[in-house]
Amino acid sequence: MASRTDWLLILPILVPMLACALSAALWGRVRAQRAVTFVAAAALLVAAGLLVARVMERGVVASQMGDWPAPFGITLVADLLAAAMVAITAIMYAATAVYAQAEDSAQREAEGWHPLLAALVMGVCGAFLAGDLFNLYVWFEVMLIASFGLLVMGGGREQLDAAVKYVMLNLVATTVFLIAVGLLHGLTGTLNMADLARKLPGVENEGAVGAVAFLLLAAFGAKAAVFPLFFWLPAAYHTAAAPVAAIFAALLTKVGVYAMIRVFGLVFAGSTEWMPWIVGGVAAATMVTGVLGAAAHWDIRRILSFHIISQIGYMLVGLALATPLALAGAVIYILHHIVVKANLFLVAGAIRRAGGSYSLAHLGGLWKRDPWLGILFAIPALSLAGLPPLSGFWGKFVVVQSGFEAGAFWLSAVALAVGILTLYSMLKIWLEAFWKAAPADAPPALALTGTTRALMLAPVAALGLVTLTIGLWTEPFAAFAMAAGEQLASRDAYIAAVLGGTR
Amino acid sequence: MQLLLAILFGVLLTAATWLLLARSLPRMILGLLLLGNAANLAIFAGGRVLGTAPPLVAPGAQALAAGAANPLPQALVLTAIVISLGLMAFALVLAWATHEATGELDAEALRDSEPPGLPATDPVAAAAAEPASAMAAVASRRAA
Repeated sequence: MASRTDWLLILPILVPMLACALSAALWGRVRAQRAVTFVAAAALLVAAGLLVARVMERGVVASQMGDWPAPFGITLVADLLAAAMVAITAIMYAATAVYAQAEDSAQREAEGWHPLLAALVMGVCGAFLAGDLFNLYVWFEVMLIASFGLLVMGGGREQLDAAVKYVMLNLVATTVFLIAVGLLHGLTGTLNMADLARKLPGVENEGAVGAVAFLLLAAFGAKAAVFPLFFWLPAAYHTAAAPVAAIFAALLTKVGVYAMIRVFGLVFAGSTEWMPWIVGGVAAATMVTGVLGAAAHWDIRRILSFHIISQIGYMLVGLALATPLALAGAVIYILHHIVVKANLFLVAGAIRRAGGSYSLAHLGGLWKRDPWLGILFAIPALSLAGLPPLSGFWGKFVVVQSGFEAGAFWLSAVALAVGILTLYSMLKIWLEAFWKAAPADAPPALALTGTTRALMLAPVAALGLVTLTIGLWTEPFAAFAMAAGEQLASRDAYIAAVLGGTR
Repeated sequence: MQLLLAILFGVLLTAATWLLLARSLPRMILGLLLLGNAANLAIFAGGRVLGTAPPLVAPGAQALAAGAANPLPQALVLTAIVISLGLMAFALVLAWATHEATGELDAEALRDSEPPGLPATDPVAAAAAEPASAMAAVASRRAA
């Protein structure tokens, strides 16, 4: 019989799946579709909250689908990290669903916004909860096909061009992932991640294990947009509409980072000693190239896209050091960054609405015209740069601290220097868009008033509040992240929960 | 058989790499198709080619008889084939739509999302380098 834990583990997949099917069946009936999306987002929020509570109470929980015992059946697992990721995904689902109603909603809805968004959320939640590599691959593909659909919405030349690059590079990456899955199955006879973690140290063919680990590093690295595999991201993200770009920026790359933490923190942790060095080097190069790319651009969305890449580097620092404190830093950084980056893309959409353009040359004088917009931009922007007392400060603080403690001074130094350059980019947007006088040839703007204003700024303010809460009331979040870091570093609880039949 | 599959895997991977490095979109899609098939072969060969008998447990027996095929890789490959069919259909339509919109199938000539003038050293030059289509999209939205 299905227990309460089983339901809590399957609901984050089931809810968006039903929302996707229902809203697809209600094609053309926009009001009903909207109702489905809002109900699903609320239900997912509740389900994710209950899942987090259950994991905090019981530790790692696992459920064997159809009662086929692990490692033979399909296992869903949630540890603290996975549960928190599902919860933050639910928040993003709700925030973008509301924001998307503000502008151009009729056109987007005619092209299938509601079912595609639900499918994307389903893929992301599935990837977070999957207990074996093949299911992880399947959820990656679900997420990918939904993101393809969302990216080409609008169908302009720019978007088609962006989609070509995004589709090609991502399909190569997932196919490489699939090849690695096949080889790993050949080496060990299992694909269950807990079982792999147990069996891999006993595999004699070390060269083959290393080759598979490298294939997976390349596949997940391309997903997470790390140096040197990030080229699809700055080619694509700036062409999407604000809510689409926000949900992409929030979730897609972070699924790649999550998969890296899962696979290299759990599966390969006992068998590839060289991996932390490569991940550390990649992390440093990713931080630097991303922030330099952002410094060279003058379009808000292009700047923000490059900053996604740069921030991925900070998360990988945690994985490279792999001490409990470093992993806790990675956890707090991922959660903070999802909220902040999505919020920045949403604010960028509001700036475009109020100022008529995304291009800094055409913007100006927004502080005088709309100081509230300025404040709502400043919260995530300064948090991204890591200024206290916002959430980004704590993320950076823990990551840098763990670097010093582990003796990786150079990684901490790079992280600090990149933080200053991040501040430069955010100040650039601030000075050009808000502070300088409006240029004479400023494009005529649509007013950011009435319902549009409420629908755009309510999610922005809510996410800003999350940033402030994490920043000012850090204690419970830090304790949660420390517990998650301990859990990731020890691995035993995860393996026992999956293979020990614990319910 | 195992060796033959390994060689075939290598040949497919080589051909896929060659095609993916081409600049023409149809060639790249063919490359993806071959890469997907190489992945399927890797899964199939990874499960070992044990036999050809259907993997059905005889009544009363507790395990498969010797000579039965390994059912797991077949299930995985079947899933992967279905997924890659959908993705290939999307990629083909995308290439066709791109050709309709731009008249181009050469990846090098597609510069709408990353125009040659970027990155630029000052904001005005950067704004001027943005493609006209992006600006037009904003303007049409304002008109509507």
